[in-house]
Amino acid sequence: MIARLNILPTTVIALLFCLLAAIALAFPVGVLFLHSVLTPDGSLTIAHYAAYAATPGLLRALSNTAILGSGVVLVVLPLAFIFAYGLERTVLPGKGMLAAAASLPLLVPSLLPALVLIYLFGRQGLFAPFLGGRTVYGLPGVLLADVIAALPHAVIILRTALRAADARLYEQATLLGASGWRKFFTITLPGARHGLVSAALVVFAITITDIGAPKVIGDNFDVLAIVIYKQVLGQQNFELGAVAAILLMIPSLLAIVIERAAAKRHAAVMSAKTRPLRPQPSPMRDRLAGIVCYGTAAAIVLMLVVCQLVALVRLWPYDLSLTWTNYALDRYDGGGWAAVGNSALLASMTAICGTGFAFAGAYVSERCKAGAFFRGLFSRLALLPAAVPGLALGLAYVLFFDDPANPLRGLYGTVAILLIANVTHYYTVAHLSAVGAVKAIDSELEAAAQMLGRNGLSVLLRVVVPMSAPVLLEIALYLFVNAMTTVSVVMFLYPPGFKLASIAVLAMDDAGDLAAAAAMGMMIFYVNLAVRLAGQWFFAHGHRVVGNRAPTFLVEAVS
Amino acid sequence: MVHISAYRILACSIAAALCLGLVGCSKEKQRLVVYTAAEADQLPAYEASFKKAHPEIDLVWVRDSTGVVTAKLLAEKKAPQADVVFALAATSLIQLDDKKMLAAYPPRGAAGRDPRFNDSRTPPHWSGEALWSTAICVNTVEIAKRHVPVPQTWDDLIKPIYRGMIAMPDPGSSGTGLLTVSAWLQMWGEAKGWAYMDRLHQNIAQYVHSGSKPCKDAARGEIPIGIAFDFRAAKTKSEGAPIDIVIPKEGVGWDIESSAIIAGTTHRAAAEAFLDWAMSPEAMGVYAKSFAVIAVRKLAAPVPNLPTDLSSRLANVDLQWLARNRTRIIAEWTKRYAATKAATP
Repeated sequence: MIARLNILPTTVIALLFCLLAAIALAFPVGVLFLHSVLTPDGSLTIAHYAAYAATPGLLRALSNTAILGSGVVLVVLPLAFIFAYGLERTVLPGKGMLAAAASLPLLVPSLLPALVLIYLFGRQGLFAPFLGGRTVYGLPGVLLADVIAALPHAVIILRTALRAADARLYEQATLLGASGWRKFFTITLPGARHGLVSAALVVFAITITDIGAPKVIGDNFDVLAIVIYKQVLGQQNFELGAVAAILLMIPSLLAIVIERAAAKRHAAVMSAKTRPLRPQPSPMRDRLAGIVCYGTAAAIVLMLVVCQLVALVRLWPYDLSLTWTNYALDRYDGGGWAAVGNSALLASMTAICGTGFAFAGAYVSERCKAGAFFRGLFSRLALLPAAVPGLALGLAYVLFFDDPANPLRGLYGTVAILLIANVTHYYTVAHLSAVGAVKAIDSELEAAAQMLGRNGLSVLLRVVVPMSAPVLLEIALYLFVNAMTTVSVVMFLYPPGFKLASIAVLAMDDAGDLAAAAAMGMMIFYVNLAVRLAGQWFFAHGHRVVGNRAPTFLVEAVS
Repeated sequence: MVHISAYRILACSIAAALCLGLVGCSKEKQRLVVYTAAEADQLPAYEASFKKAHPEIDLVWVRDSTGVVTAKLLAEKKAPQADVVFALAATSLIQLDDKKMLAAYPPRGAAGRDPRFNDSRTPPHWSGEALWSTAICVNTVEIAKRHVPVPQTWDDLIKPIYRGMIAMPDPGSSGTGLLTVSAWLQMWGEAKGWAYMDRLHQNIAQYVHSGSKPCKDAARGEIPIGIAFDFRAAKTKSEGAPIDIVIPKEGVGWDIESSAIIAGTTHRAAAEAFLDWAMSPEAMGVYAKSFAVIAVRKLAAPVPNLPTDLSSRLANVDLQWLARNRTRIIAEWTKRYAATKAATP
């Protein structure tokens, strides 16, 4: 057989993407695993795992992590379900505001809800007199903080699940005389089953990999993420850190596998004959859902307001006069105002490079004709980052890139490695969204353009990219916000000359400067909010020409 | 196609911002990487003073608690990232020196140094600049609310009336935590020292990461009693917090904030310039604002809210002993207290 020449470039590109995925993900994670099972001289051992098991505190961290993860799922799932139900299946007024409020926690690091909880329910908290001497430190605080942090993710997934409903089913049920509750239990709940499983898995994974909340409010409630942090930064014990990272990876990996399996069995609910459900008023139901929705939204907004206030108070709780002193961020740990700029710069770079990569990756795996093997391999590799917790990825990068034998060692200690880590960590969602966008474009459009004499690249740039613009923007926003708030991915990697705002919040809390930490946390929020609003403005103005593709791909991809 | 240009404008402006950012990052000057455990609110004054002497050198601070900086330096032994170490506990420097990580250098500094602040060898491998010691921050408002007296001695702290009221730094991460533990072990002997900590443990509400946090938490009343250190206690009180500073009469632990050049640094000249500055009369003047006891006694000045006789209240401790036993003490402490504390009541 004679190889056609035009096959070559796409095969090479697909191969290249696989290579990049190997360097950015597969090799580092492999090295992480090897560090957990090798002695310094290179022979196989289970000594590190044995050492882990022999330390009582570390075993407790393992069970604490499981308790915390399940606890947060048990609280978030019903709450998020009612919230999503309120938005999709009731006639509540102000749904736009509710949805916006529910997504606010995405814009702040998980450290921030934990900080606010200390001010609300700590020993000197606003509500301390009602707690009868109990405090929020430990499991209750971490649980609450992670509930707030994980809620938006669950709401997004469950809204998508509840949106896909067929009005005909409900009409027939009504004709057969089914009560509202009966319809809920026989149609609504089973219909959202897949969404519920998916949300539970996502919430569990987010919670057990979070470092912010346990660090700030966990007190002696150690979880795996804290063990990794303490072993690596405090003791520089990379082997024990690697063991903890591998242990943390197992449930995340399992979650992804279960999620994927469930997604395959989940048949499409929406068909051409489906009629979308229009919620009818039902005073009792609407009132109940309203209480939960408005209550939750108010709690989230209150959290941010309290955080902003404590950042402005001179000395809580003794001197409540307002001051800008806490905003002299340079006086505190963590890099000061420069860190805010650095974070914004890194987040912008992550957004641009990540979107570019995700789109190119999606285009290659969906539209290129040759190189099927590598394309398939890459589509699978692209799903892996979601299974690797940020702390594990960060530690894997330290072990892989800082190895003197690695020709890429020059990257270590540079801003570039932060960029690579961020893009890699958030790649899965970006990739799946981009795949959705590329799939949504009729391939006949490209064929038509090609017939008009345009070459492939030109078609890509003039047809495919403009048509996908809203999704690309949504991906960029997703990457920006996450890169701005992440602690775990960058914690072990940031170079001394390039400090980051999210890490600064942690450092300030460690030093006891809670007000400054709140001030810094709110700066992250404002930067994210500004970028998000700017994005919203572009959606509104870019919409009309590029078509009515509301940015729903991301939502679908997450679920 | 007018509206698509909105995206184009967005793309262009982001690209432009990115380029500016990258250009801004790439300005090249002499960079000296300084690992330090000095407090974040001290660094600006240190940096300003150094800049005055050496505007041509840019300092890149890597700041963390004593234990973290020490662990980081030890881990990077094969490929050191630091050029110099500044204001790190002498006990940590002795430990690094045992591993041949420090370069000998006699800084040209102010005359009349207190011998306690010097490495005994010539030329010295490290040089101290200031002494810091344990100080207890007691929130008077919270103590009054609980109807208990302000504790005055170490023995007071283990009384059951203070159950759940004390915060203390983890000696694994905090230099203040370590020197406090070391004083108990050296003043009373190891058996009595650990027995004391067993009883103190009953009263501890929280072990924390840094030596500053207990005092700042005490300032907010989050905890009534915080075992911290002198500079933080004095500064927090000066900022208006309702705290009493207690220096227990049995004696308090101390260590020397010290500096050294990392062996094999490629910026040797700049590193020497840094050490010369760190021991200079000008730098001593900056230390004197924070610390009551500094390397050159005649340059010391009273620090508001700290007792003038602080140097006579220090426990009789051997820094060499602590350095040699540091790893063992931290391991023992961690085994006893870090993982076993029951949830806060």
